[in-house]
Amino acid sequence: MRITDFDLYRDLLKERSGLVLGQDKSYLLDSRLSPIARKWGYPTLDAMTDALRGVPDKDLVNDIVEAMTTNETSFFRDNKPFEMFKDVVLKYMKEGRTTRKELRIWCAAASSGQEPYSIAMILKEAAAQFPGWRFTIKATDISDQILNQAREGVYSQFEVQRGLPIQFLMKYFTQDEEKWRISNDIKAMVNYGNFNLLNDMATLGRFDVIFCRNVLIYFDEKTKASILERMGKQLESDGILFLGGAETVLGITDAFKPFPGQRGLYAQPGSVHLAQGGARGAGNTQQALA
Amino acid sequence: MKACLIVDDSRVVRKVARRIVEELGFECAEAEDGQQAFDACQASMPDAVLLDWNMPVMSGIEFLEKLRAVGGPKQPKVIFCTTENDMPHIQRAMQAGADEYVMKPFDSEIIKTKFSQIGLIE
Ligand SMILES: C[S@@+](CC[C@H](N)C(=O)[O-])C[C@H]1O[C@@H](n2cnc3c(N)ncnc32)[C@H](O)[C@@H]1O
Repeated sequence: MRITDFDLYRDLLKERSGLVLGQDKSYLLDSRLSPIARKWGYPTLDAMTDALRGVPDKDLVNDIVEAMTTNETSFFRDNKPFEMFKDVVLKYMKEGRTTRKELRIWCAAASSGQEPYSIAMILKEAAAQFPGWRFTIKATDISDQILNQAREGVYSQFEVQRGLPIQFLMKYFTQDEEKWRISNDIKAMVNYGNFNLLNDMATLGRFDVIFCRNVLIYFDEKTKASILERMGKQLESDGILFLGGAETVLGITDAFKPFPGQRGLYAQPGSVHLAQGGARGAGNTQQALA
Repeated sequence: MKACLIVDDSRVVRKVARRIVEELGFECAEAEDGQQAFDACQASMPDAVLLDWNMPVMSGIEFLEKLRAVGGPKQPKVIFCTTENDMPHIQRAMQAGADEYVMKPFDSEIIKTKFSQIGLIE
């Protein structure tokens, strides 16, 4: 690929999705965009690139952005955050929302649905302890293609083995030849929609818990900071943010602080979770460490 | 060190599984069928059993039923690892007292998360 072409794609991806494409990743452009060029009827990738320099078709740009995203995910990815969601976050919210009796969750990079469905299964299991409560899970992603897959809720044998306990497979899936289909009652708990994290978040409303896992890693520091700061405005003052294992707020923004004693969880400065070194109802290991 | 008994009639599968389970910090022994596995458990009860379903002499499910029937103070965690990949087999295994269920083909990531979820590691 010509250097100037690389720059075109790098700028386009940065602007449309936030993705930072290093020069070392230029081989990815060839392998992932050649099928797109074929789909759009261009004889070569260069021909598609030339067309993009003219008046770019919006759908073609979308296809390019989607082709360059990484959708890697799994049920109960890393396990621990989901245990903390169940043991720390739900416990706190149950005590802190006694009159409102509502829990609003946002999965901000939902990919093919494993993350929101994992949350839905946890909530379903806990339902008996939350009589009269309303749970909503808003699951968004930039890719329509991956969102359609999430809505389908059909997974391969390999996908249902990565992280999904067998009891949950038995309880919440039915077998459909070689595939496994998630049950309608779990599906009904998740509300999917397309949302680009670079866009204005105010229309989404406010949330008690936000999962934004394994997506910030693809962005530069400025984009990370901007997303986190805007997310802070959509989160209740005592809300909790989950980031991926390789992600942090430290050195990027002051909009969030690490949740005392719970790796991967973040709260807003001044929230009850940070006052006196820990949350009500949450295991406080911070003092033990001090 | 925790002990794991690997039960499969295929030497190749035992070898692959053994390498993965040893990597998780287990001392491994092998058995080629349910009867051999049962005898091994009588001699010394492991912490975990990775169990194939279809084997000569005694199947995995027969072994599991027999193992759970004799009871005893120390019962191992049993993880099926089989090409039987339909719901009736899974249900039957869990009813018989299995703790987890892996459908072949498997990889180290699957074995690792299953072991961790039933408390064998971490
Ligand atoms: C690696 S997956 C992470 C999935 C899941 N959160 C997890 O941790 O397993 C990253 C997802 O982020 C989405 N994504 C990338 N850029 C985005 C953007 N600007 N806005 C919204 N979603 C984006 C991708 O489409 C992809 O599905």
